Amino acid sequence: MTRFSAQTKVPVCFTLNGKAVEGEAEPRMLLSDFLRQQIGATGTHVGCEHGVCGACTVVVDGMLTRACLTLALQVDGCDLRTVEGLAPSPDRLGILQRAFRRNHALQCGFCTGGILMSLDHYLRRRPTPREEDIRDLLSGHLCRCTGYSPIVRAALEAAAELATASEENTHA
Amino acid sequence: MKPVPFDYLRAGAVGEVLDALAQQGGDARVLAGGQSLMAMLNMRLAKPRLLIDIMRLSELDRIDEKVGRVTIGAAVRQASLLDWPRLSEKLPLVAKVLPWVGHAQTRSRGTVCGSLAHADPSAEIPLTLVLLGGEVHLRRAKRSRTLAAKDFFVGMMATARADDEFIEAISLPSHGLGRCAFREVARRHGDFAIVACAALETADGVRLAVGGVADIPMVRQWPRLDGSALDDALNEFAWDLGARDDWHATARYRRDLVRAIGRDLVREVLR
Repeated sequence: MTRFSAQTKVPVCFTLNGKAVEGEAEPRMLLSDFLRQQIGATGTHVGCEHGVCGACTVVVDGMLTRACLTLALQVDGCDLRTVEGLAPSPDRLGILQRAFRRNHALQCGFCTGGILMSLDHYLRRRPTPREEDIRDLLSGHLCRCTGYSPIVRAALEAAAELATASEENTHA
Repeated sequence: MKPVPFDYLRAGAVGEVLDALAQQGGDARVLAGGQSLMAMLNMRLAKPRLLIDIMRLSELDRIDEKVGRVTIGAAVRQASLLDWPRLSEKLPLVAKVLPWVGHAQTRSRGTVCGSLAHADPSAEIPLTLVLLGGEVHLRRAKRSRTLAAKDFFVGMMATARADDEFIEAISLPSHGLGRCAFREVARRHGDFAIVACAALETADGVRLAVGGVADIPMVRQWPRLDGSALDDALNEFAWDLGARDDWHATARYRRDLVRAIGRDLVREVLR
């Protein structure tokens, strides 16, 4: 049994975008706050804090996860991916990110980190999505700038580009 | 907002959950996927002194088939059940309903039993359990008990679970069921249902369950009905649900939906 009292600072370690990170959290600390305040990974945004807006969406052990509905202590020992892990290098955007840029799929960008994580997770599993699949997935996010259509376009374009890229790799 | 401070217990065995509930049941909440409870904590609608995390108990993360029944453990996530290869064959209604439960981003972590424990009046999983006549297996330190779905839900977000009990599993009948159908109306797919309906063909007629209107999912059983007899039965049911006006819809609109969706579903399963 592992029991921590409310005021204890508990060590929390996990893998973040391939690198080991650690910090301390009281039991009540949310993963969203832990990422931003303890680790300094501020790409994960905090919107509604009750799981509705989707801005804090990350991937934990392969599962899409609302960081605001998860305690830091729950992810001890887990493998996390956040929006900071999407770009292949600091000066280069990934295929999905580039498609967002081309299609103006973001304006203020507040919701974008979460949406990118949902789409990245989805496209890895289902590389040939239909538009309605993308729209269904996006129902788990709120964007007040774009009206969603540019995001759908970007996602479909990225899927097509990813399919071509993987075909080239197969033939290579 | 942030939750009030609480102790956190990462249970390593079911016995630890039972001991903690026996000692501190009234002040404790069981944390599974957290997709309802964490929101309640963040909004401080729930202020437990102790949170008991059961998600590292692999014995609760099981889907078992027994004779004519499927048992779903407390740690089984909605997405895992949706990915279960035998779902459409064994639990066709659940296969139709689950894509409407929350969003992909919440089904990935949310559990089947957690949605039942939360007992939101518009939630789809409680509706399904009631329609199919499922059972809830409750466990406490000294004894276990099994409640029929209709006895489990007692009010809005209120269940018959005692403070020192937790839902260990639920079971659903998977044999000898007739045709089923499900439909709901919400502002967007994945939002809370304004009205959710599910219908099941039975040996001597049809059963219809409605969520999102009364405080708990409600069921009616009718012989094979059609035409004006069906309309009358649906109208009476719609009024009996005691619909209220709220932010999302008027009482009148809800009654209209019950009549319209109910008629479509009953016809669909009795066709």
